[in-house]
Amino acid sequence: MLLKRRSALLGLASAVTMGRASLALAAAATQQRFVVVMLRGALDGMAAVVPYGDANIRGLRGALVPPEPGEENGLLDLGGFHGMHPSLARVHAMYAAGDALAVQAVAGPYRSRSHFEAQDFMECGAGERMTSGWLNRVAGLLPAAERRALAIGAVPPLLLRGPVPVGTWAPPALPRPEADFYSRLMAMHADDAVTKPALEIGLSERGFSLQTLAPPQTGPAARGGLPALARAAGRLLAAPDGPRLAALETADGWDTHFAQAPRLTRALATLDEALGELKTGLAEAWSKTTILVMTEFGRTAAINGTGGTDHGTATVAFVLGGGVAGGKVRGIWPGLAEGQLFEKRDLQPTTDLRSLAKGLLAAQFGLDAAALEKVFPDSAGAEAMGGLRRA
Amino acid sequence: MDTRTAHALNRFGLGRRGIEPLPGDPVAWLAEQLDGQDPRIATAEPAAPSAFAAIAKEDAANRVPEGIRPDFIGTRYRADLAAAMAQTLSTDRPFRERLVRFWTNHFTVSARAGGRVLAILGAYVQEAIRPHVTGSFQDMLMAVMRHPGMLFYLENDGSIGPRSVVGLRDKKGLNENLARECLELHTLGVSAGYSQADVTSFARVLTGWGVDYSKSAFVFRPTWHEPGEKTVLGQSFPEGEAGGVAALKFLAGHPATLSHIATRLVTHFTSDTPNPRDVATIAGVLRDTHGDLRAASMAVTRLESAWQPMTKLRDPIDYAIAVFRALDITLADGGQVENLPGVLGEPFWNPPLPNGWGDSAPEWTGGEAMVRRADFAWQLAGRPAAPPAMVLAGRALGDLLSPRTRSQVTEASTPRDALALLLASPEFMRR
Repeated sequence: MLLKRRSALLGLASAVTMGRASLALAAAATQQRFVVVMLRGALDGMAAVVPYGDANIRGLRGALVPPEPGEENGLLDLGGFHGMHPSLARVHAMYAAGDALAVQAVAGPYRSRSHFEAQDFMECGAGERMTSGWLNRVAGLLPAAERRALAIGAVPPLLLRGPVPVGTWAPPALPRPEADFYSRLMAMHADDAVTKPALEIGLSERGFSLQTLAPPQTGPAARGGLPALARAAGRLLAAPDGPRLAALETADGWDTHFAQAPRLTRALATLDEALGELKTGLAEAWSKTTILVMTEFGRTAAINGTGGTDHGTATVAFVLGGGVAGGKVRGIWPGLAEGQLFEKRDLQPTTDLRSLAKGLLAAQFGLDAAALEKVFPDSAGAEAMGGLRRA
Repeated sequence: MDTRTAHALNRFGLGRRGIEPLPGDPVAWLAEQLDGQDPRIATAEPAAPSAFAAIAKEDAANRVPEGIRPDFIGTRYRADLAAAMAQTLSTDRPFRERLVRFWTNHFTVSARAGGRVLAILGAYVQEAIRPHVTGSFQDMLMAVMRHPGMLFYLENDGSIGPRSVVGLRDKKGLNENLARECLELHTLGVSAGYSQADVTSFARVLTGWGVDYSKSAFVFRPTWHEPGEKTVLGQSFPEGEAGGVAALKFLAGHPATLSHIATRLVTHFTSDTPNPRDVATIAGVLRDTHGDLRAASMAVTRLESAWQPMTKLRDPIDYAIAVFRALDITLADGGQVENLPGVLGEPFWNPPLPNGWGDSAPEWTGGEAMVRRADFAWQLAGRPAAPPAMVLAGRALGDLLSPRTRSQVTEASTPRDALALLLASPEFMRR
């Protein structure tokens, strides 16, 4: 078939799936998958998981707090103190089924309120810029046969950049030439240290994604945007010899300096739909997958002058997946009284984002303390969280 | 075409357009392009009033509960975008246009914000950026910070001093967005050592800087302005509009700002990893000329490192523009000329966040994005009347063409593949 010919021409056959015959063989392998969803722009954690039981919340941000659980358009209760934003109905259903948990008052090992600096630090997994992202370093620790990482999008984020080659996948956008053309293209770029590796990855991933996505879609046509990407990502991850690590990101609607209530309602609804689509796409592989949803920092405890919130510190993170010890809100709630806030303005961090990530990676891939120290350098102080997966 | 001429056309310009005449002396050619005022300024009408007219029409249409709603803002935006794209494709001053794009990215206002930002974007580039690319950095900074485009995009038009008349009456407060990004992205840079207190204090300085819709212009609202003197980076600034003007003048001349913008200029024109000596040279020119951007741009053209060919990967917009210009394609040719950079990963005027698009190869070398360049080249190479590949190689690359590319192009199985390979070659992907 064309695809195999193309792969052979490029010398990429080993990087491309060998079709359905591999199903039975590959099923014997570990099969664990780990997905990171990044929300760029700083999600207001206290709006996504609202501590409605805290006496200070309505005083700080009255108009931003939805009605209590049980009331019309009210919060979705998470056990009497916290409530999930009403737009997160699918995530709440996963929580109710024991497949999702939230961690309150999370922050990375940095206190920058710059989006771009904080995102870089979050993706490096450190309090400084590094030349690789922590998920790429995880890839380096997986057995060679499972060392497959995929960025959903045309360009990998810093989180996935580094020494281990990483695939990219994005929906087809242009008509495509024949294999002979690509073969000459690669010959022309053979000595180019910048363009050659990128083109190789792009072409091998195309073969890969064509194989996986080739069967006609069943069910209702997927809608555009993040939910469609998430469903495709789920389908790619579900393939027996598909990627073990993946990153998905969105920068739309989190930086809510003004009119937060309506804007966040839309953004959270899109995220909720996307996470639902990711689960649908994963199908059977849901039970072997853990998904971490994270953002670079939280937002101010109090509402600002324009019905929004400014850059803050601690926020919320979500963990989803079939093996997750869900149905809980983890993390210590620091309180919202003035003396309890960080620098008298932000939610005080009580959980290091690295502790959460380390706990998930330890449970998912059996990485020990020494391996986790390679993923997150100088993180001995951020001990891996326990009890994140069902025994 | 010798290497030096070909390099000047690609590195400082936007790629040669069709068979346009070649410059005799490349450096003199670059200098001439920066002489005098931009011809687009001399002939253009003020753009902001018609942008505000579009906003007003759309607001009025939205008040009608039913019926067809004309898309006034979208229409306006698409016309501005098409005009900007037409300008980059047809210009005979490509160095100046490159600088317009560079500074527009430095002071990002993104279409992604939608609504009124979409309406004003074209006017913002025309009025706040374009007139100043060969003027002073301070004037550009001032024009940007007072333009409705930036005041809308980073939301300063809603920031109210908590102890101002309106702040006390309505219990409203600050929005720190513009103040923070101005320090971090536009002037000092994130590592300059300012604090959260400086950001908040600078936001107070800028309270009252807003937009008067009836005049389509900047307005200072004293009743929104936080009273009293404020301190930013140890400097005190007086109450009132003058405090903001003084703070911006202070920031425009700050050594950290000069070093920050010198780094960005040298990165854009020499290497993803700029030589610190080159940065110091350009920062020195900025310091000695009080921020003269024409002088700084010309000093960049005199850096030895700026004449080292093939060190910069074209970003997707640059790449698309260079291909269009080489094939002499204009908007009149239809298709998706305005949209194609987006397919390659960099939609025009539409960066995701206020820090704009990145300016180094790792930002653009995702596998799928790079393969799409080849698909894009192949698509355009299929147009009727496309020139033979080796003719185009002589026109656009001259002595920059490598033997390896020449051999693959000449051995390709069809004329279309040959032309597409040339356009997707390592040389063509660089500037």
